Order: sequence, then structure tokens, then C-alpha cells
Amino acid sequence: MFAQCVWKCASSLLLVALLCCILSPPAQAGKSSEDIRCKCICPPYRNISGHIYNKNVSQKDCNCLHVVEPMPVPGNDVEAYCLLCECKYEERSTTTIKVIIIIYLSVVGALLLYMAFLVLVDPLIRKPDAYTQPLHNEEENEDARSLATVPTPSGARANTVLERVEGAQQRWKRQVQEQRKTVFDRHKMLS
Amino acid sequence: MDQKGYRRGSYQSSTSDEDMVEIAGTSLDFSMTDDDPPLDQEMGGFSTYNGGGMNGTSKMMDFLEEPLPGVGTYEDFNTIDWVREKSRDRDRHREITSRSKESTWALIHSVSDAFSGWLLMLFIGLLAGSLAGLIDISAHWMTDLKEGVCLAGFWFNHEHCCWKSNTTFTDRDKCPEWKSWSQLILGHGEGAFAYILNYFMYVIWALLFSLLAVLLVKGFAPYACGSGIPEIKTILSGFIIRGYLGKWTLIIKTITLVLAVSSGLSLGKEGPLVHVACCCGNILCHLFTKYRKNEAKRREVLSAAAAAGVSVAFGAPIGGVLFSLEEVSYYFPLKTLWRSFFAALVAAFTLRSINPFGNSRLVLFYVEFHMPWHLLELIPFILLGIFGGLWGAFFIRSNIAWCRRRKTTKLGKYPVLEVFVVTAITAILAFPNEYTRMSTSELISELFNDCGILDSSKLCEYVNDFNSTKGDDLPDRAAGPGVYTAMWQLALALIMKVFITIFTFGMKVPSGLFIPSMAVGAIAGRLLGVGMEQLAFYHHDWIIFSGWCSQGADCITPGLYAMVGAAACLGGVTRMTVSLVVIMFELTGGLEYIVPLMAAAMTSKWVADAIGREGIYDAHIRLNGYPFLEAKEEFSHKTLAMDVMRPRRNDPPLTVITQGSMTVEDVEAIINETTYSGYPVVVSRESQRLVGFVLRRDLIISIENARKKQDGIVSTSIIYFTDHSPPLPPSSPSMLKLRSILDLSPFTVTDQTPMEIVVDIFRKLGLRQCLVTHNGKLLGIITKKDVLKHIAQLANQDPDSILFN
Repeated sequence: MFAQCVWKCASSLLLVALLCCILSPPAQAGKSSEDIRCKCICPPYRNISGHIYNKNVSQKDCNCLHVVEPMPVPGNDVEAYCLLCECKYEERSTTTIKVIIIIYLSVVGALLLYMAFLVLVDPLIRKPDAYTQPLHNEEENEDARSLATVPTPSGARANTVLERVEGAQQRWKRQVQEQRKTVFDRHKMLS
Repeated sequence: MDQKGYRRGSYQSSTSDEDMVEIAGTSLDFSMTDDDPPLDQEMGGFSTYNGGGMNGTSKMMDFLEEPLPGVGTYEDFNTIDWVREKSRDRDRHREITSRSKESTWALIHSVSDAFSGWLLMLFIGLLAGSLAGLIDISAHWMTDLKEGVCLAGFWFNHEHCCWKSNTTFTDRDKCPEWKSWSQLILGHGEGAFAYILNYFMYVIWALLFSLLAVLLVKGFAPYACGSGIPEIKTILSGFIIRGYLGKWTLIIKTITLVLAVSSGLSLGKEGPLVHVACCCGNILCHLFTKYRKNEAKRREVLSAAAAAGVSVAFGAPIGGVLFSLEEVSYYFPLKTLWRSFFAALVAAFTLRSINPFGNSRLVLFYVEFHMPWHLLELIPFILLGIFGGLWGAFFIRSNIAWCRRRKTTKLGKYPVLEVFVVTAITAILAFPNEYTRMSTSELISELFNDCGILDSSKLCEYVNDFNSTKGDDLPDRAAGPGVYTAMWQLALALIMKVFITIFTFGMKVPSGLFIPSMAVGAIAGRLLGVGMEQLAFYHHDWIIFSGWCSQGADCITPGLYAMVGAAACLGGVTRMTVSLVVIMFELTGGLEYIVPLMAAAMTSKWVADAIGREGIYDAHIRLNGYPFLEAKEEFSHKTLAMDVMRPRRNDPPLTVITQGSMTVEDVEAIINETTYSGYPVVVSRESQRLVGFVLRRDLIISIENARKKQDGIVSTSIIYFTDHSPPLPPSSPSMLKLRSILDLSPFTVTDQTPMEIVVDIFRKLGLRQCLVTHNGKLLGIITKKDVLKHIAQLANQDPDSILFN
């Protein structure tokens, strides 16, 4: 029981560390110069057309007087003009965006490669048996649903890592086929 | 015993004699040799019946011995036994508390066990918030990818690409770094050919995204399609669907949700985000023994995870908790309320720190106007409520009809082709109209926006009178040509969205329907709002307007009408009440608008309920035949338990197991011949006195284990469920004791119990089956499926539509 506890603590710590790694880019990288700006929107005023001004200043300097340059109205009108303008301070993190998009694209790419592998390469490697048709709709082959449905511990202990991985992959494929039958063929769930 | 007297008595008292004959004809034997003494000394440990002090410790030893792996778990597509799970958790808690006094390590263990719930909520919030941030940022980028690409870095979407450069006031979208596809390919963006090229690229990207989504769903995780909320409701009521909340479903749902939303289909991501959050909850439960082994505790965690999911979808933590309470959860103890709030808050905070929208907002359409509204405006708000109710009822009917067609006809055989065709139609119809070309969230955000002097969109092109502008407070103005163009474009968009959503919701890609319903309502509300505004401007001398809306005043806010319309339509479809109002005012920050929102939500719910009883999620549950016992409806018929129980009049008698006279072979024969998931155990076939109830799965696992591990167990070994083995000649093979898997306290009702009470018992206790007795003898069994079929029969629905066991 002590070993189980240690394993669980280790996996929780690993998870927390992973989450911190994901979240730390936004925490660190907010302050590079291209990631902050003060945006002032000034509407049309008298015969001056509307304009948008951008400048990267800090939050305390984010007001009309610092950002709107060159000032289109003469000195005594500046206050009236600036009352119409609205200035907002905005921050973003380009690193976060880049990291997330690249993570997403790599996951999609990996899944596509795996799907291509399963469809094209896998049937050639393995000897054809009942479980190697991953993407086709299954025919209705009802197995005998008696004691076989109860999960019993497997007899032969697969010792090498490769055999265990293969065993896990076979089990997963069977599970996906069952799910596919339920959802797509028999329309029993998720119509 | 006077048997004749008993028989006479029974003929006089029973109402349907044929059922009772079997019982009344048996010999009534009150001798005590077959059964355990009624005051079992294991309970008190104080009597010395049959052997003395040793027996007092036997229960303790039975409890401490580890159960076989697999006993106490459930098969796929079965209902859990809430009572058993809850009592197991209480036992576990008692054991830990009693052991905590022994050593420091045990004390630490008990403290960490108490905190494990909060730690789990923290992890769920972090993971759900991170995934929601990933989904938001990727969806924004991919949506804009249909229109062009950023030269300064391909990972920027349109808004971020133009972040640094100076855009003009009137044309806020154009900047040199962002190139549309025609600009990239042809070198210029104007002209008919460029338009056609943009159109073509838009449709191609949309088709590519949706095809990729459906292929990934079909290839890796077929459970990742659809909204997920009906299935999660069923799971939370006690049903088991293995794999529905697993790792692969999580990964595929996250990835394909982004693809489906980016392809321009008329669907949202709120429902799937609830599914994603529940998957996170289920996966993280495996870190803690307390939640991994107990299905009832796990469902508490899933309720909290659902709250976290809605919280990150809308940026509304409180609304998320209320949504989980009202829509998703079946049992919601008060302890779950506080933990759900914690999980929702952590998730919202995580999402905010990832900052997907660049301005510390959680949701794209956060508006912050605070214009007052007038009491007379309640009339158009109620009109919007009626529209929302009507649309909700219409949508539910047509969507269910279409889904039923998909389930039963050949349409369901071509899911990939269906997605392709629907995406093609959506993309081709959506591109020409700028309000359907933009993503639905952007559309809603623009519709909620109140027009000020800083806005230059087409919807805000009013005729401005410059001399009378003072600050940001604009009066009601006459609509300029831009507004009229926007109005008919919005009307076309409304018609298109109303019809295309019917075919989109329920396809084999992750699809939610909060955002499309809100879009329909927002468009209708904005149209009505602009109409009211123009009416007030041109006819400010009418009696209804003259009191409060004089010329030059800013009285009508079309943005508010859009908000109220969105709430009305969402309420009409999902029939949410309190959670809807809370989500809407958390979205907008406008506490002044609670009354209009409530009025519209109530009206829409009344109108929709008058047309059809069920919300969209309950309708989908009924369509799929999930065994979900509706907790909100009253059972108002006068049937009795004996009308519902099995075996019926012409059926073979109830399959029972005796407590000490059946062999392993007999039990295996029963298991093979019947498919029931549990068997009552009686004292003997003649007396039919109830001992307990044993589950099929536990029997199978125990017998197989005994055959392999225990010596001497053969097919002719006797199985006994009593505490002490029945006396047998010494030459017989060794006997198998299976008392540990026997449930000694099954729930029973008498045959004369009204079904109202039986249904109430099933709902409140979460039972899976209930035994029926007559005069103390076992008569039959009522399962949850029988109750559901009975309710369906009485409501004139098809009782065979209840599919699962």
C-alpha cells in the first residue's frame, strides 16, 4: 500500500509539473515589447476624420495625451478632442499563441500519420486475422455473450515491452471497433 | 399449522387469486432449521447461539478480507447500485477514521483522504481551463485560416496579425501583414475573379476541416461525436458507458471540436466543452483510490467537472454550477455545490491567465453597457420570449424527426458523406452574406454591441447629427442606408441559421447548440430592437413613446434586445431557467437587465412547454432509449406494483437461487440460460422466503475464481450463502461459500404498493431493482427498465424504445 501511495503521489506531481509547464509560457512572456499596446480610438470630430492610434506604452501612460501623436487639433481643442477618444490598454502573449498552435498542429499531424499507418501499413505487417480492419464498418457478428464478456486476467504474461504495447494496441482497436459498431452501425447511441 | 385455514384466508383477502395460488399452495413451514436465526449474532456479538464468541469476529474477518478484483464493478451499459456504492464509501471512511488513531502514517492518510476531493477539483479546474484555452486559441486561428493567412507569422489570426499596425477608422480589418487567399495567389484583392477565388478557398478549407473531423472521429473515437450532454446526464444518473469519458475520447473530442467549429458549420462548442471537462474529471479520478473505486463518488466529481466545463465556455462560474445542478446532475448533495464552485473558479482563472482573447476577458461577447430600460419595453421582451419558445419547440420537433430518420433509414449509413454535404451547403450559402461568413461568436458579439460614436460597422451606420453629439451618449437616430442593408442581410442570415442548424446538430462531429440558438435569438432581437428604435424616432409623439422617449433621448438599446432574444431562444430549446439568467448576466455584467431576461426566459419556457414537454437533451435521451428515470415529472396513475412486476401472469416463474442446496453446475446453468443481471436468493424453493440478492457479474467472477484458485471445487460442489455450511456427508466435495457477494438488504415492496411510491423510491434511492413480496413471500421483481417501460406505456409512447438494460 505504501508503494501504491508513492506511485500515486509521483503521478500527481508529474501532472502538476506538466500543467505548470503548459501555463508558464503565458506567465513569463507577457512583457516583451511587441506584446503590449495602448489603443486609442478617436471618432470623427468637426472636419477631422476618425483615426486609430497604437503605441506600446505602459499602462500608466495609456491615455490620449501620450498616445495620440501628432495631435490633429490645436492646443485649446485638445481637451474636447481627448474626451471623445477612448484609450484601452491591451496585453497579449505571442509565445503562448505560437506554442499552442504548434502543439495543436503537431497533435493533428501525429493522429493523421497514425491513421495512415493503421490503414495502409498495419495490414501488410500483421497476418490478417479478425481484428485488423480498423476503418471499415463491421458486419454484425454477435459473439457469444456469456462468460467471455467478463474480463479475466490474461493467461500468458507478455513480458517484453513490445508485446505489451502490441497487446494494448489490440485491445484498443477492439474497443474502437465495438464503439464504432454501437454508434455507426447499430445506431444504439448518439443517433 | 393449519394449511387449510391459511388457504381460506388467502382466497378471501387477495384480489387476483391466480397469482397467489402458487404461494398459497405451498406448505407453510415455520421451522427454523433452514435459515439463520433472526437475531444474527454477527450484528451484536452478544448472543451465544450456535457456537459462542468465535462467531462474533467472523463478520470482521469477512470484511477485512480483500474482495476479488472485479467483484463490485459493473458491466458496460448497466446501471450502478447507488445504495451499495454509498454504503461502501461510508464503510471505507469508517475504516480509515478508526485506523487513524493507530499510527502517524494512518493519521496522515486520513487527512490526505479528506483533502483528496479538493486536490482533485484543483486538478480538474487546471486541466479543463488549459484545454479550453487551447480550443479557443486554435479555433480562432483556424476560423481565420479560411479567409487568409498572416505573413508575419502563420500562427496569428486576423486580429492578432493586425495588432501592431495602424488600421484606419473605417476599415479596421485591413492591414498589410494579413493577406487573403486571393491577394496571396493573384496579388490583388479586388475584382470578380478575386471574389470567386476567395469563395472557392473558403469552401475548400471548410470541407477539408469537416472531413478531417469526421474521419478522426470515426477512426479513433466514435463516442466523441454529438454534444455529449444527453449521455452525460444518463451517466450521472447511474448508467455506465465504458470509454465515453476516456483518454482517446478526450483527445479526439478536443481536436475535432476545433475542426468542426472552424469549418463554419452552424454549431457551438459549449456542450462538447462539458464533455471534455467530464473526461478530464474521469481521467483524473484514477489518481485517487477514493474516487477510482467508487462509482457514486465519481459521479459527484463529474457533476463538479461539468460545472467547470460550462464555466470556461461562458466565463460564468456561478452559471456553470447552476447549470450542473439544473440540467446535468441527478443527485446534487450540498457538498458538491461548494466543490463545483471551486472547480469552476479554478478553471475560469486558468483560462483567464492563458488569456486567449488578449484583453483579460473570458468570453468573446462580453458587453458592458448600462443603459436603463423602460417598463413598456417589457412588451417587446415578452414578444421575444414567445418567439424563443416557438422556435425552441419547432427546432426540437424537427431535429428529433431528422435524427430519427438518420437512425432508422439509409441516411445513417453514410455519415462521412452526410457531413460533407452539409458542410458544402453551409459554406456555399454562408460566404455571400457577411453575417454568416463571420464566425457565430463574432456575430453575436457584434449584435450585442451597442452603437456608439466609436463604432463604424455597417450596423451602426446611423444618420449622425454632429452638432448634437455630446460625449458617448448618442440619441436615437434615423437609420442610414448601412443599417437597412444590414437588416435584410440579417433577416436572410436568420432564415438560413434556423434551417441549417436542424440538420447540423446530431451529426457525427462534436456539435453544441448553445451558440447557434443564441445567434438566432440575437438576430431576431436586434431586428426587433432596431425596428422599435426607428418607430420611437419617427413617431416620438405617439402616446406610448411620448412619456419616456422624447426626441433626442437615448431610450431604446437594440443591443439589449439582442441579448434578451438570445436568452429567450436558448431557454426555449434547453428549457433552462435560473442557470440561463445567471449565465446571461454574468456574460454581460448587467445586473439591471435581470428582469427583462427573466421575463423573456419565463415566457419562452411557458410557450415551449405548452407545445412540447421535453427540452432538447431529454428528447435526445428518449430518442436513444437511454434508461434515464426523469426526476422532475410526477407519476400520476393509479397502478400497483403487481401490475408492473415480472414475472407476469403467463411467464415462467421467477428464477431464484436457493441458499444452500444448489450446486455450482446448477448455478452455471441458470447463468447460461437466462440473461438477468441479478438473482434473488431464497431459503428454499418451497418457502420462497427472501434471503438476499446476488448480482450476475459477481457470481460469474466468484465461481470462476473459485474453480481456479480454491481446491476441491468441482461442478457438484454445493454453493451456500449462509454463514455456516449446511451439514453434508463427509464424502461430498468441498463447498463454496459465497456469502460475501450476497446483498443481505435488498429493497422490497409489497405487491399492493402504489406505483407512485415505487417510482419515488427508485428515483430517490437510485435503485436498480426492487423485489416484490406478498405476505412476506417473494413474488416477483421490478427493475428500472420495467418502470421506464411502464411510464412509456402510460404516456402512450412505444415501450419497446427503452433499449438498454
